[in-house]
Amino acid sequence: MEQTTRSGLDQGARKGKALRIRKQGFYDMINGYVFILPMLLLTMTLVVIPIILSAVISFTEWNFIAGLEGLNFIGFENYKDLLHDEGFHRALRNNVIMIAVVPVSMLLALVLAALINKATYFKDFFKVIYFMPFISSFVAIALLWRVLFHPNSGPINGFLRGIGIENPPLWLADPQFALIAVMIIMVWTSLGFNMVIYLAGLQGIPKDIYEAADVDGASPVRQFFSITLPMLSPTTFFLLITGVVGSFKVFDLIMVLTGGGPAGSTSVIVYYLYEAAFVNLQSGYASAMGIVLLLLILFVTLIQWVGQKKWVNY
Amino acid sequence: MQSVRASRLFVTALMGIAGILFILPFIWMLSASFKPELEVMTYPIQWIPKSWNMLENYTQVWSGTVPFTLYYLNSIKVTLMATALSLVISAMAAYGFSKVNFKGREAMFILVLATYMIPHQAILVPQFMMFRWLGLFDSHLGLVLLAASGVLGTFLLRQFFMSVHNEIIESARIDGANHWIIFFRIGLPLVKPALATYMILRFIWTWNDYQNPLIFLRSDALFTLQLGIRKFADFNGEFYSLMMAGAVSAILPLLIIFIVGQKQVIEGVASGSVKG
Repeated sequence: MEQTTRSGLDQGARKGKALRIRKQGFYDMINGYVFILPMLLLTMTLVVIPIILSAVISFTEWNFIAGLEGLNFIGFENYKDLLHDEGFHRALRNNVIMIAVVPVSMLLALVLAALINKATYFKDFFKVIYFMPFISSFVAIALLWRVLFHPNSGPINGFLRGIGIENPPLWLADPQFALIAVMIIMVWTSLGFNMVIYLAGLQGIPKDIYEAADVDGASPVRQFFSITLPMLSPTTFFLLITGVVGSFKVFDLIMVLTGGGPAGSTSVIVYYLYEAAFVNLQSGYASAMGIVLLLLILFVTLIQWVGQKKWVNY
Repeated sequence: MQSVRASRLFVTALMGIAGILFILPFIWMLSASFKPELEVMTYPIQWIPKSWNMLENYTQVWSGTVPFTLYYLNSIKVTLMATALSLVISAMAAYGFSKVNFKGREAMFILVLATYMIPHQAILVPQFMMFRWLGLFDSHLGLVLLAASGVLGTFLLRQFFMSVHNEIIESARIDGANHWIIFFRIGLPLVKPALATYMILRFIWTWNDYQNPLIFLRSDALFTLQLGIRKFADFNGEFYSLMMAGAVSAILPLLIIFIVGQKQVIEGVASGSVKG
């Protein structure tokens, strides 16, 4: 008799607890969605819906000023046109060349980070110095370098003439050198970010590995190549991928510095896209370019997913 | 030991020289902004101006024909509003994605994560049309919403919320606190450093943004500082001293914020590995 009462009580308590958990689950569900709702709403309306629209528009010939009546579905025409568009090819080629900025900047950043981490005082001071271009606006930076690179009277060519180079390049005014000038500025602006990430990576390497190598008599150079570099491979990989993806998105600098010129020598996909969309008012064509850009970036990211397992050793 | 310290001093000095070379463009900019126009491009470079024209240059920038003060105020308004809104939205979402258990949470998070891949330029055209339909085109509110729609803050803050132990939250719930109380009283104070980092980064990115104002603003009265200096530069064509004074005026407030909050910015960038 007593036995049954107790088990009945237990059962009741269990039921109550189950009910409470279910109630709490329901309450969590509501709350969870309320917490993420504002962000979800913004992302949906400002990113998810536009990318779907962008995909749809990329199959049309359309000028958005004309309104919806002017919308004309043409299938894959825009994508086919991209295959034959010289301007787009040039922009794509410039983008591919600009990728070279990433390894150069990373190498310089690694050397600086290794030196600053091991061999200097005032670490914070150096971090601040190299980080300065990262926090400055591209508009200000572009205006500054436009003057520095001035072909006749700019200080850079002044210096080059001073050390005996009689005909220094015209930099931004010369189609052969304009892209290189842009790339120099990109190395300058990205160095600080890469260096700070490398510094964080270096600080994460356990000290005792180096101590063990010291005991074994490994030279500092040997230690750098056999310990530091492999231990930093996740950092290197991260910087490479974000750097490559980032190099496809450089717009502000090109827009203010060169406007894609001279003679299209510094035009990049995002700039060419901007021109198609807002200067030539080819909404469909611009959207097709946007989708191609998205696919390119997805491709790079895919390499990251596959490559991380293969090349990164922890 | 002695030689180690000596070599360390030597490397520090060497790196110091490299560092100065690195920020030489900024020093040149500052110096040029103090000079009369005719002396800007002289070579060899006079790092310390022979004759000073600082007051005239900066007066020209700040009270000339281009209303710099207005652009400044516009930038401050947009940046502050965007930063505040973005902080609230991101912190809430980060808490929801890390500390509230609900059905569909992982799916939602993957959806949000996936949007991070989308380059902004790929959605400019539809965004432009939608803004016109919604009446957000040529308004500061539109810029604020665009700046706040970034998902980076959610990622960064989520990382920090994940490191908050679940036991703390469970025990608070047993004591009868609901998620909102926990969020405000326990969650937010615990991730304060991350909030500070994200706040400064969001401020810098919004302040420096050129592309969004360029595309989504038309009226001169609404222009932000970045559009303003561009316009100022076009207006003053070959007056490099004025251009440099304008550029200095645009960078200076950020430099101050950065130097004050450099620990948060640099550590935040290093820990969250965020990139604009």
